Amino acid sequence: MIVAKRKPLNEIAEMVAPYKRVSVIGCRSCVAICLAGGEKEVKMLVSALKVKNKKEGRDQEFEALVVERQCEKEWVKEVEDKVLGSDITLSMACSLGAQTIGDMYPSHVTFPGLNTGIFGVPEEQGVWSEKCVGCGNCIIHTTGGICPISRCAKSMLNGPCGGSANRKCEVNLDTDCAWSAIYDRLKIQNRLELIEKVTPAKDWSTSHAGGRRTYVREDAKLTPHQKKGKEAIQ
Amino acid sequence: MAGRKPKVVGFCCERHGMDAAVLSARSGKEFDASVRLVQVPCTGRVDGMHILKALEDGADCVFVLGCLEKNCYYDTGSIEGRKRVEYVKQMLSEVGVEKERVEMFNSASTNAWMFPEIVSKMVALAKKLGPIGGEKQ
Repeated sequence: MIVAKRKPLNEIAEMVAPYKRVSVIGCRSCVAICLAGGEKEVKMLVSALKVKNKKEGRDQEFEALVVERQCEKEWVKEVEDKVLGSDITLSMACSLGAQTIGDMYPSHVTFPGLNTGIFGVPEEQGVWSEKCVGCGNCIIHTTGGICPISRCAKSMLNGPCGGSANRKCEVNLDTDCAWSAIYDRLKIQNRLELIEKVTPAKDWSTSHAGGRRTYVREDAKLTPHQKKGKEAIQ
Repeated sequence: MAGRKPKVVGFCCERHGMDAAVLSARSGKEFDASVRLVQVPCTGRVDGMHILKALEDGADCVFVLGCLEKNCYYDTGSIEGRKRVEYVKQMLSEVGVEKERVEMFNSASTNAWMFPEIVSKMVALAKKLGPIGGEKQ
């Protein structure tokens, strides 16, 4: 899932300070699971900002809202009146949610309340770690199911670098060396021969280096006729 | 602000926290009766939202009173409560509000002397800091 972190409150307060009516919109998907922008976090943020305003004698109105998935227009549409009825929207979703609102209502100002971080998994309660960078060309079938692109600081493809020592990464001694983990995994899977396989230089054209990526599934797209029908229903 | 009574809200767990309050009252200990107590099943049930809402709605100070950490009726509830209090303190610091306005305490139900001490400490603090945002409320 996408893991994000709330921006410091003073930064958020500074962003929204010039506006009178602020709609704060959270998301019940990834950012709710990583405890950054779900219903509770939105309410706590609004409450903290109200306490700040009370202390400083500032008059500002906040409305706390949450949608199921802020990156999908259909869900955002449900709070359209509230969004457009406010002077500014503070999105407590990942950057995708904030940009969805921005794209839907281009003349309406939308600010991010979170810093979007990683594609991560919960390791334990309250701890998330990055395990994918979305390079667009997955190779974990050859590395024992462990991604060396995200989990190795240097994204090495053919074994550990010279800095790996005692199974730890030289960039951060608290981090396990990804290739040490790959070796262990391949060993218990009796597939150690893969470690000797030379992987050629990675084709990064599927990654972000080529600019904005768009994924299309032709069979799921609506034909012009279907679009017209859908619009008629709405 | 003369004559203004400080507004202190206390979230007390229904086990040791509230029992300590009741015992101190039954033991004839004196404490400021203006403190508003909210009984909760466990301090692990107290959410940061409850504390912030109390401050937002006019409380000067908020305290959370739970069982002793190694003697919590629900094992780790008072540890959870403390973590929530610490998180709210951090949020208050970020928005420039005195984090001392929120405190966590632990007590055994047999500590009749402790509850009045907590109340007098928080009431004194509320008097010292005054209402959030000055006298207008």
